[in-house]
Amino acid sequence: MTADTGLRIVQHDPNLQHHFEEPKQQHEAATLGMWAFLATEVMFFGGMFAAYSLYRASYPDAFASTSQHMDVIMGGVNTAVLICSSLTMVLAVRAARLGQRGMIVMFILLTMLLGAVFLGIKGIEYHHKWVEHLIPGFNFEYEPPQYAREAQILFFLYFMMTGMHAVHMLIGEAMLAVLAVMAWRGRFTARWNTPVDMIGLYWHFVDIVWIFLFPLLYLIGKHHL
Amino acid sequence: MNIAVKADSPAVNYLNAEYGWKSWLFTTDHKRIALLYLVSITLFFFIGGFFAMLMRIELLTPRGDLVQADTYNKLFTMHGIVMIFFFLIPSIPAVLGNFFVPIMIGAKDLAFPRINLLSWYIYILGGIFTLSAILAGGVDTGWTFYTPFSSTYSNTYVMATALGVFITGFSSILTGLNFIVTIHKMRAPGMTWNRLPLFIWSNYATSLIQVLGTPVLAITILLLAAERLAHIGIFDPAIGGDPILFQHMFWFYSHPAVYIMILPGMGVMSELVACFSRKRVFGYSAVAMASLAIAVIGFLVWGHHMFVTGQSMYASMYFSFLSFLVAVPSAIKVFNWTATMYRGSISFQTPMLYAFGFIGLFTIGGLTGLFLATMAVDIHVTDTYFVVAHFHYVMVGGMVMAYLGGIHFWWPKMVGRMYPEGWAKLSALIVFVGFNLTFFPQFILGYLGMPRRYHAYAEEFQVLNVMSTAGASVLAVGYLLPMIYLIWSLKYGERAPANPWGAVGLEWMTSSPPPTFNFEATPEVTWEAYQYHEVNAPEVEVDG
Amino acid sequence: MFQIFPTQASALASQVDLLYSFLVIVSVVMTLLIFAAVAFFAVRYRRRSESERPLLIDGSVRLEVAWSVIPFLVMLVMFGWGTYLFFKIYAPPGDALDIYVVGKQWMWKLQYPEGQREINELHVPVGQMVRLTMASEDVIHSFFVPAFRIKRDVVPGHYNTVSFQATKPGRYHLFCAEYCGTQHSGMIGWVTVMPVREYKDWLTLGGSDSMAQQGEKLFHQYGCSSCHLLDSPGRCPNLRNLFGHKVQLDDGRTIIADEAYIRESIINPNAKITYAFKRDVMPTFEGQISEEAILQLIVYIKSLAPTPAPAVSPEGRTQ
Repeated sequence: MTADTGLRIVQHDPNLQHHFEEPKQQHEAATLGMWAFLATEVMFFGGMFAAYSLYRASYPDAFASTSQHMDVIMGGVNTAVLICSSLTMVLAVRAARLGQRGMIVMFILLTMLLGAVFLGIKGIEYHHKWVEHLIPGFNFEYEPPQYAREAQILFFLYFMMTGMHAVHMLIGEAMLAVLAVMAWRGRFTARWNTPVDMIGLYWHFVDIVWIFLFPLLYLIGKHHL
Repeated sequence: MNIAVKADSPAVNYLNAEYGWKSWLFTTDHKRIALLYLVSITLFFFIGGFFAMLMRIELLTPRGDLVQADTYNKLFTMHGIVMIFFFLIPSIPAVLGNFFVPIMIGAKDLAFPRINLLSWYIYILGGIFTLSAILAGGVDTGWTFYTPFSSTYSNTYVMATALGVFITGFSSILTGLNFIVTIHKMRAPGMTWNRLPLFIWSNYATSLIQVLGTPVLAITILLLAAERLAHIGIFDPAIGGDPILFQHMFWFYSHPAVYIMILPGMGVMSELVACFSRKRVFGYSAVAMASLAIAVIGFLVWGHHMFVTGQSMYASMYFSFLSFLVAVPSAIKVFNWTATMYRGSISFQTPMLYAFGFIGLFTIGGLTGLFLATMAVDIHVTDTYFVVAHFHYVMVGGMVMAYLGGIHFWWPKMVGRMYPEGWAKLSALIVFVGFNLTFFPQFILGYLGMPRRYHAYAEEFQVLNVMSTAGASVLAVGYLLPMIYLIWSLKYGERAPANPWGAVGLEWMTSSPPPTFNFEATPEVTWEAYQYHEVNAPEVEVDG
Repeated sequence: MFQIFPTQASALASQVDLLYSFLVIVSVVMTLLIFAAVAFFAVRYRRRSESERPLLIDGSVRLEVAWSVIPFLVMLVMFGWGTYLFFKIYAPPGDALDIYVVGKQWMWKLQYPEGQREINELHVPVGQMVRLTMASEDVIHSFFVPAFRIKRDVVPGHYNTVSFQATKPGRYHLFCAEYCGTQHSGMIGWVTVMPVREYKDWLTLGGSDSMAQQGEKLFHQYGCSSCHLLDSPGRCPNLRNLFGHKVQLDDGRTIIADEAYIRESIINPNAKITYAFKRDVMPTFEGQISEEAILQLIVYIKSLAPTPAPAVSPEGRTQ
């Protein structure tokens, strides 16, 4: 480098952190960081998917029998709700790129609302499972009895997988709330909106996890609708 | 060579830029965070070492007469958990990596300084959970937490400990993530991938494992905790679960974790051997690629921990083969370090002594790994002291030697003071002798059939155990000495010049200690790594 | 005197020691080579003046290839040899004396088909192949006899087997090698290898019922006999000539009735339903019957099929 580079007066972008050279570098760092984080998330859920695959291969009939205890309508509605929330999230990101402050706030709030609907329905489903004595280790009673033993494995995984997914949803809701406040205060501009972009990636990831969970947990056996 | 940054020692550096506890606890400076880690992991090292010492004293006699069986079981469990999760895994990445990765690539800081601080707090939080579990009464599952013992049978503080390990895992993930992004995006102009110091390569490979492996441990521990809570779960044979699945998931992380522990040490080794031989590392790209190969193949060998569990024999065969394969890049590294010394200009300062120690001990550790990859021999020696000796040779003989070598090498840069060379050489010697005396007899014990995790043992194993305990007390002295003289040097050590070793690399082109933003201006790199042969390489500079 | 090898008391012990010695020799040679090179370079190329600047040596592809490929070839020998011997050690033994082992915190319980039962003591005849079928009542244990160079985990919910042929009369250590709780280091015992004649005498000392007879009693006690009528078609499959034979299942699969299958059918009767029989007829015995009793029932059912039963699958472990 030349000795005077450091002395060059740079117009200081208030959103540029001191250790980055330029906004582009900062944005790329954030994006790569988010993708790397999502890779860890894939491995995190991957552990449970691996366990699921093993036991489903070992006990296919018992696993299939659990489908009649799953509320495929609620699960289906929830799937639709989450897909819509991904759409509103994308619209929020688009609004942020266009610098439309009001639209960002609106779409983030819509996304949060859809997320809350999802969590509400999930809560109702959990309640039904409690009423129907389907919580392994606490009150498990199962029809048909020949599958009572291994069905507990599926329900254990059901609660772990959907539970971990719900925890991720809750974290997403909290982050969206922060984003909404930031957007309301006009922190995002067409030039700088990295957080909206990053939380958007996270939200889509959480949606995609559900897209896998829904068929694997709800649709593996015959349903009596 | 073009020396980018003038290395006058400015009056203001990262250590004296700000004062007060807030300036430390709320710092986002990677160098200060590195020192926070240094202090905390040192604390955990001595806690873990204390447990080890008690165990060795217990094992002086065949009968379990010093402590109760339950206490002994807690000692080895907590020794393992503290040393692995709270010392070895963070040791080089979180201390030396945190401090030097940004400087060595010419960056002002890691990509996410606040996340870096957060990861230290997460580490401390996990540490508090684990320490409180220890104080409340401890845990006795072994650091491996095997089900169904850990999920159903143990009556100790498994949940709190598991939670501590779970939390600490996130600290490791965030450090790895930060390094990956930093190395990709924060390199100074001209610092291309094949100009990176090998310490950076090995930390990059380590980070990949941290980011991809640790979450699997997290979910495994969560499943275990849920199983303990519900008294039923997917590892429970009573409902058709398979306790062996736990081992698969556990080792899917915990075998690569061994490489989290050794790869950064290999990176330090490359720096040390190059500097004290004044030679470019022989086969730079082979050593760099070997790091990546270890990280990748390391993910595929976990089943070699399970040859005797009843795992499919063909699966065992596959794991055995890949375990041999992963030994190749490790061997490449040892050969290349040795070849680096050929026709070099070798000096024998303390860091180089540790490097010699590393080559010797890691060679033995690695070769005995081949015994364990050889299935027929593994049947006999697995779960015996042979395994204990093997992994201590790799992790303590390898990683801790490299860590101490690195601490001595970079100490002048980190604190601006020299350590006392005479004492340092003496303690390096003590560590080497003490280490071998402690752990070599354990290879023999293992082949003779002494199982590990035994509170009381058969009479005929006593002689070797006494040797091992004697060695451990020598080793303890070897570890206490550096702590004392390094602290002493903070005040009384000679002031360090910017480049006391005549080393190349960006970290030696800034002052000792460096300014808050590492360099006065962003350096531009126009040279390859390890240009020790350049006639006008930076001379030893003395400031003031 | 210093001992390096434990006593060799099984047919394969010397082969394991031979392989081990090979590994030791390779390791010593490698270690000495590296030590010698390091020591030689350190002395020969020690720094003589502070201004010394060695020449650049960048590396050598040929050398890199050489020191990757040659060690790898040596390792292939280790791999091949180790795998060959591994399969030999864990191979199903064919015709062997069966002894049944249950690991339990913190003791080894052994049962002989002849009816003898022991705790932490195993008696075997010299020169005969012995197969241990091992179950765990609680956590994972590991059956380890250093003098035989064998070890096998004992895993709850599975039968693992291990076999050996003792070659030298004497008393040898039996250890639990997988950490199993408080008294893990107390879960030890002795293996006594006896001449065949002494062993025969020893077997007659107990004078109790044979395992099959004990199993038959249980068969009636648990009410199995009310349904699994032995010679007339009932609601449940006939158990005569079952063991070691093929069973057609209602889902179309065919399996061999081995120890693991019978255990599973007792614990979880609906897991595999024989063709043309109904589900939900038999209740589960999960938690109502000890591992030792299950083994007795298995030996009884075995005794109903006099043709030699095949060993557990070559995998050594079946679901």
